[in-house]
Amino acid sequence: MTSLLDTPTAAPDAPAARPERRWCAALGLLPFALYFLVFLGGPLYFVISGAFTDADGLPTVGNLVASLTSPQYLLAFRQSLVLSAVTAVIGAVFGTFLAQAVLTARPRSPLRRIVSTASGVLAYFGGVPLAFAFIAALGQTGLATAWLRSAGLDLYASGFRIDSLAGLALTYVYFQIPLMVILITPALEGLLPQWREAAENLGASAWSYWRLVALPVLAPAFAGATLVLFGNAFAAYATALALTSGSIPLVPTAIASALSGNVLVGQANVGLALGLDMVVVIAVVMVAYLWLQRRAARWSRR
Amino acid sequence: MTRGRRWRVVVLALAALYFLIPLIASAEFSLRAPGGGYGVANYTRIAEDPVLLSALFTSLRIAVLTAVVVLLLVVPTAVWVRLRFPSLAAVLESATILPIVIPPVVMAAGIAFVQANLGGPVFRALFDSSTSALTPFYVILALPFAYRAVDNGLAAIPLRTLVEAARNLGAGMTTALVRVVLPAVRSAVLGAAFLTLALVLGEIVIARILLYTDTFPIAVVEVGRSAAGVSVALSLASLLLTWVLLLAVSFVGSRRRRSSRSRPSAPRRNP
Repeated sequence: MTSLLDTPTAAPDAPAARPERRWCAALGLLPFALYFLVFLGGPLYFVISGAFTDADGLPTVGNLVASLTSPQYLLAFRQSLVLSAVTAVIGAVFGTFLAQAVLTARPRSPLRRIVSTASGVLAYFGGVPLAFAFIAALGQTGLATAWLRSAGLDLYASGFRIDSLAGLALTYVYFQIPLMVILITPALEGLLPQWREAAENLGASAWSYWRLVALPVLAPAFAGATLVLFGNAFAAYATALALTSGSIPLVPTAIASALSGNVLVGQANVGLALGLDMVVVIAVVMVAYLWLQRRAARWSRR
Repeated sequence: MTRGRRWRVVVLALAALYFLIPLIASAEFSLRAPGGGYGVANYTRIAEDPVLLSALFTSLRIAVLTAVVVLLLVVPTAVWVRLRFPSLAAVLESATILPIVIPPVVMAAGIAFVQANLGGPVFRALFDSSTSALTPFYVILALPFAYRAVDNGLAAIPLRTLVEAARNLGAGMTTALVRVVLPAVRSAVLGAAFLTLALVLGEIVIARILLYTDTFPIAVVEVGRSAAGVSVALSLASLLLTWVLLLAVSFVGSRRRRSSRSRPSAPRRNP
């Protein structure tokens, strides 16, 4: 089964390989590593090298400076950061509640299956269908808009637009919550029932169990998953592209228009510099994530 | 207990509202007929529109190729890591989360640079068609969850025992992999393949920036400029189709496991 919700456990058996054969065995990992290096490392290499060269191929830091000082790019960065942070926190909190609510159901119940498979589809579909679903629901003629209007709340009269930053945030949460469910479920499953029983035997209420035992244990995993959600929203572009055709200034929008020469001819290298800025932000987030992951693993290495 | 139950019902009801309303609205919107009333014209449009139809076939071809390459990379590697390098499992786990957060737009920027500035037969062959140009990079995008899904499948079977038994009976490593391990994790493999399908049917960023506009998701967005109902209908259909496929795999996979194994798999612990 597609057990995206199950904990990936480490192999139970001790490594049996003799040391001199380990190097031969390592060759088995080569195709995977090479593929990663060529098709992920390759594009990244050209982004980095292109960011540091000008249109004539000479080394420069001008692109980087431009990408970090022009007002239009600063605005794009601010909007992207706010959008990612807000949707990551909302998605993380609601995703954790949803994951816990689903976990209290039996493991093979239809609810578990529906949520687990739907999370996979929604978290990885990339956002085009989501954009159209939200246009159908909350667009000018959408069903939810019509319902709200008949209930006395005229969204569009109060200034709401689905292709605004708020509309985009609402749509992003639609894939952030499922991703959080996928990421946090293993940690929630790691909370042993014995801990709750021990706490209850010592006289703890449900609230003090969560506050003093469960939440401190969950904290690193929760923070780590929130960071992945942040990175996910920061990197996302498909939804924005389908929903707004690039009318909201976000970093990916700025990169795409710089690459296509919409702004000025010869801006392609500034686009690559913006890409490098993005990678740096993501790299910082990932380092923090890996550090938190190590802390979270303390409790799963029982 | 009642307090706990009430809390659960509230969370599940809120989630159902938030997640179902856009889907119901999509269904309603996609069934609206141009002159008023309802009809399925938006869904049958794909059969009449040669552009949409050929885009669908292009994307399905890309999806199949991507899934094949992904599984060729992931299954042997995941098995190998579990058998020989258990200590590397955590490293690979972290490495496979990378493509989730490497922005597709940045990948596309790097590839576009190569496309514009580097020549030679290798690159010409790579950028020759949307299938050859997009498949290698969709593989990268699909690797993280494919690895997780396959690795979870491997965690649920007695992998070492199976492989050693097969080898004691004279099977080579490849035979053991194809005829013993692969059937045992086939539902995880199918799940990974269907998630790859979801990804290919939803990816527009790389295709748009590299100007390969003949893929299905791009065609869906394009047709939306003149006929929004068709876009909504096609994206809802592709979303639901993928989800039903995954749900079917989930039910079939577990029924097989329950009948073939008497004891439900207990959580494993390190010795």
